[in-house]
Amino acid sequence: MYVRSRRLNSLLLVAVCAAALVGWVCTARGEGGEPRYFAIKNARIVTVSGAVIENGTVVIAKGLIESVGTNVTVPAEAWVIDGTGLTVYPGLIDAGTNLGLTQDDDAKKRGAGPAASGPEDRPGTSPWRVAADELKTDDKRIESWRNAGFTTALAVPEGGILPGQATVIDLAGERAGDYVVRPRAAVPVSFKPVGGFFGFPDSLMGTIGYVRQVLDDTAWYAQAEPIYQANPTKTERIPYDRTEYILNRALQNNEIVLLPANNTIQILRALRLADEWKIRAVLYGGQQGYEVASALVASKIPVLVSLKWPERAKDGDPEAEQTLRELRFRDRAPGTPAALAKGGVKFGLYSGGLATPKDIFKNLKKATDAGLPQDAALRALTLDAADILGLSDRLGSIAPGKIANLTITDGDIFNEKTRVKHVFVDGRWFVIHEEAPPEKPGEKKSGDDDDGASAAHSQQVEGVGR
Amino acid sequence: MNRQILCTAAALLMIAPLVTRAQNPSTLFIQNATILTVTHGNIEHGSILIRDGKIAAVGSDLKAPDGATMIDATGQFVMPGIIDCHSHIAIDGSVNEAGPAVSSMANIADVLNPDDIDIYRDLAGGVTSANILHGSANPIGGQTVVIKLRWGKPASELPFQGALPGIKFALGENPKHSNFPTPPGVTPRYPGTRLGVEEVIRQAFIEAREYKKQWDDYNQRKSAGEQNLIPPRRDVHLDPLVEVMEGKRYVHAHCYRADEILMLIRVANEFGFKVRTFQHVLEGYKIADEIAASGAGGSTFSDWWAYKMEAFDAIPYNAALMADRGVIVSVNSDDAQEARQLNQEAAKSMKFGGLSANDALKLITLNPAIQLGIDARAGSIDVGKDADLAIYNHDPLSVYAVVQKTLIDGQVYFDRQRDIAERATLAAEKQSLLDKERKAAEAQKAEEKKPDDNSEKKPDKKSSQKKKPPQAASFTGNASASENAATGVAGGAR
Repeated sequence: MYVRSRRLNSLLLVAVCAAALVGWVCTARGEGGEPRYFAIKNARIVTVSGAVIENGTVVIAKGLIESVGTNVTVPAEAWVIDGTGLTVYPGLIDAGTNLGLTQDDDAKKRGAGPAASGPEDRPGTSPWRVAADELKTDDKRIESWRNAGFTTALAVPEGGILPGQATVIDLAGERAGDYVVRPRAAVPVSFKPVGGFFGFPDSLMGTIGYVRQVLDDTAWYAQAEPIYQANPTKTERIPYDRTEYILNRALQNNEIVLLPANNTIQILRALRLADEWKIRAVLYGGQQGYEVASALVASKIPVLVSLKWPERAKDGDPEAEQTLRELRFRDRAPGTPAALAKGGVKFGLYSGGLATPKDIFKNLKKATDAGLPQDAALRALTLDAADILGLSDRLGSIAPGKIANLTITDGDIFNEKTRVKHVFVDGRWFVIHEEAPPEKPGEKKSGDDDDGASAAHSQQVEGVGR
Repeated sequence: MNRQILCTAAALLMIAPLVTRAQNPSTLFIQNATILTVTHGNIEHGSILIRDGKIAAVGSDLKAPDGATMIDATGQFVMPGIIDCHSHIAIDGSVNEAGPAVSSMANIADVLNPDDIDIYRDLAGGVTSANILHGSANPIGGQTVVIKLRWGKPASELPFQGALPGIKFALGENPKHSNFPTPPGVTPRYPGTRLGVEEVIRQAFIEAREYKKQWDDYNQRKSAGEQNLIPPRRDVHLDPLVEVMEGKRYVHAHCYRADEILMLIRVANEFGFKVRTFQHVLEGYKIADEIAASGAGGSTFSDWWAYKMEAFDAIPYNAALMADRGVIVSVNSDDAQEARQLNQEAAKSMKFGGLSANDALKLITLNPAIQLGIDARAGSIDVGKDADLAIYNHDPLSVYAVVQKTLIDGQVYFDRQRDIAERATLAAEKQSLLDKERKAAEAQKAEEKKPDDNSEKKPDKKSSQKKKPPQAASFTGNASASENAATGVAGGAR
């Protein structure tokens, strides 16, 4: 492993010493190199699901949280991290990204096949594509997200009306399969027309009509297929349709369906459609939710709120007339999480195309400045997001049995000066180092020109004693 | 021809729904007005009593009940709220689903946009109800809906309750894409001729008839107790056509030429439905008797012609001539701007064709109400009807007439004085928001200029991409406002 010695902080030394004293480390290394047991001691533990624990200990065993509290037994084989002055949070969840998914051309091409003439051509429809199957673990943003404290993300395929199925991933692993928490977690829907010139559908209303037809077809398949299978000699064979087959399976598995809904009109429309279509809907976008919080409360439908707050177009015509409605929207959108929290709407937060974690926290601050209580913000980024994704039994809080996803900071996570010091993903330990001081202006740093370059870098700790 | 006229002056101030939300007085009393009832003459110095959104009494000797909200209309004229039988306002996204030649799966009711400023502007022109139509790109277009212009209410509260839904048909140049040449490399869409337009409509109804039969058979066998039956598939584009044949949905057919109008009457007879209105129907005067005999109404323009080949035979006498022969005739706008002066459009038929003032008013009130099947509730000032009213400072058929107040269900949705009074407040709010944004932008710029913050300065591929306000939800910020943008080439074209 590579650790610049000048960066080895005292905590790490403690850990190394503790490890060196325990013969188990050798065994662990002998079994594959990675330590599997950890104890973070004397830390402030923000469990989210329960009260904050001062001077507590979290014990991690084989990827899961084994115990948490002030009076817990630390296994002899555990690597001990002195948490004095540190705060332990559940790993943060970005509830909607394309992290790990091919960007740009491939995604855009998806669903842009030859012009369709009607619903039977299934335009922009590929629900069989699962993000888990297309994960690119060399996406540099994964590390930068992780360094900022995100341990989990919903990776959402884009391009088309029903582009595929979204996957919940943890942001670490040796190979793609290690990342996947739930491969088929959600069915994203877009109402963006894909028809182009004279192709179907080329309007919002046509797209909604199309989704209605696809859901009807799926319901028909769900009804017809068992009848046929039970009576193959008396019933005409029903044609195979991949979309119907896959969507039926997803809906039978109670997968959530993500409906686009950013402004008031879209939100109210999506609530109506969710009711009509009898799907387990979750809205995404949600930025004008401040206007319709009561309708969202009444619907009991959760919302994933995009943190990419609306801005005035940077390259737009400076003389372009700004309507009062647009101005109000841009001014008030960051108040949406506060309004949802106040009304009791369950919501998660997602980066929605923000380029760096720094932008995420900057925009998160706008939400807390606009009245979102910090504990509600933390819930939205952890347990509530996990709950919406149907994974609150294993993600989102610090409790025995949960996946060992932890973000350990040197202070309050909402304080701008706070730094992430350690991250655990599935019990894998990452020590986060500060970025080296910037080089002289104009001097290009080699090998660091990728999108979302991280302001920190991490080193996974494995076999430190080697 | 697209007559979209942008009124920049009006666009300067987009008035938000909140500030114009009408209060909800249960009793309202309009006094001392000239009341143009349309059905039973004009009443000088008359009063209208409104209770719970309905007209409770009309006359010249009414007394205001205690506690009623008073509207003094001295010197002013009250007429029934204007009904626009052909409108494309309040639609979120494209007006046309121009992919398939039969786009009946598209439903305007799914995409009503209650924030469209044209709702408010049309209110300022005395319009209280409008027939919101799909565009004319297809022989059979999308499903349509009649709305009341309840500015400030959510989309679900716009539809005119009880009004039958409709469907847009279109004949002639637009559905055969005559005026929108197919670009190279794109296969021209069928139909390309008037013959083809007829064939597409007939074919769709043959399918719908077969579809209905399948369902009838299925339901019959099922109710007879047959087991293990696989139902037919539901087809969202044939369902509305079955409703047309069952008389549960009105056909509003865009048309120009006499020959194609006669064609559609024959096709309708063949499949046992009626065309409710011929829209535009510029050559209707040539075949007014046939239209009247078919039971269809005619909804036309006042004086627009020659803007394309099939409009060359149009004449401004069309409305009067059709009315003469017993056709129920309305004058429509087809245009958010023209909808603000439908009173003047109606008045033109007094000059061209010699309609009486009352018959001219009918063109924009009672007649479109009949055409849309809402005349029991709207279209005249009669006891029991909805209190949908427009109050003008002059006779509405005069060019000097300006709307003072517009009421729907007895609620004031537009008030000229209030609008004028609020302009300064709204302008100040707007300026303060603009200032706030500018300050924030300057602060950010200053921060980005800090020499010690290299990482911020680094040009970022993503942020240099064209950014639009994220009106549409997206997981990566790629889906921009285009989700809402009109993409149809034949959008709302006449």
